[in-house]
Amino acid sequence: MGTTRQFTCKHLLAELTDYLDDALEPEMRIQLEAHLAKCPNCWVVCDTTRKTIQVFKGMEPYPLPEDVKSRLARALHKRSSHAGQG
Amino acid sequence: MGSELELIEQARRGDAGAFSELVNRYDRKIYRLARHITQHEEDAEDVLQETFLKAFANLGQFQGHSKLYTWLVRIAVNESLMKLRQRKADKLVSLDEPLNTEEDSVPRQIAAWDENPEQRYGRAEINAILTQVIESLAPAFRTVFWLRDVEELSTEETAAALNLSIPAVKSRLLRARLQLREKLNKVFRRHGNNAPVHV
Repeated sequence: MGTTRQFTCKHLLAELTDYLDDALEPEMRIQLEAHLAKCPNCWVVCDTTRKTIQVFKGMEPYPLPEDVKSRLARALHKRSSHAGQG
Repeated sequence: MGSELELIEQARRGDAGAFSELVNRYDRKIYRLARHITQHEEDAEDVLQETFLKAFANLGQFQGHSKLYTWLVRIAVNESLMKLRQRKADKLVSLDEPLNTEEDSVPRQIAAWDENPEQRYGRAEINAILTQVIESLAPAFRTVFWLRDVEELSTEETAAALNLSIPAVKSRLLRARLQLREKLNKVFRRHGNNAPVHV
């Protein structure tokens, strides 16, 4: 330990995004996970933030209403016809 | 069905069918993105149309250094922000303004969630909750969150699409994730009787 910098809750917050994105350097990841193992609060924050992302990823997509789709098709057709004439 | 690059080339030569196929690939995503930024059905439809009309008109300028989708996102975000500015003329709407938030310390949080907390709710109910929660975030946060975590653009692609620096994307993403977590905590935290709680 000796000269190793203490990894605090504040460090966890600074590295949380890269950790959840699996973009941390291995050494930093080890320090962060060691902190998670002994800090229940940070563990819960990390776990619930990960679940937040997962829940949104599973969100049902907005359907594109048929009338919106057909108006888009008409607008594009009109524009491409004009372009063709120009 | 051709590759995206082939379709782009054909569309540049005036093949409307090729362009339609590109539209079909991305229209739902662009509409959904516009809905989330503008929070307005009609504005989202306008954004959808403007995005593809501009893309069609400017396809010759598309360099191909980025993905077509990233280029479309950039157009759609700009169009969406214009709509927001028109509707909220008295409020500053920007993605690159400094944002003062309070998330400079770890939230004190000891309530855990179930493994799949959303399963306590029906599909329609959970979608309504998530829509309400994400729409309560500032545009600068919800747009970055949506592109990175839902549409799964990389940090670099998100930065390019939104004309933000990479540190700015990371900072907004962290704050968006923490704010959403905080809001969902009211819904998902474990309760003794395991009863669902509404926001």
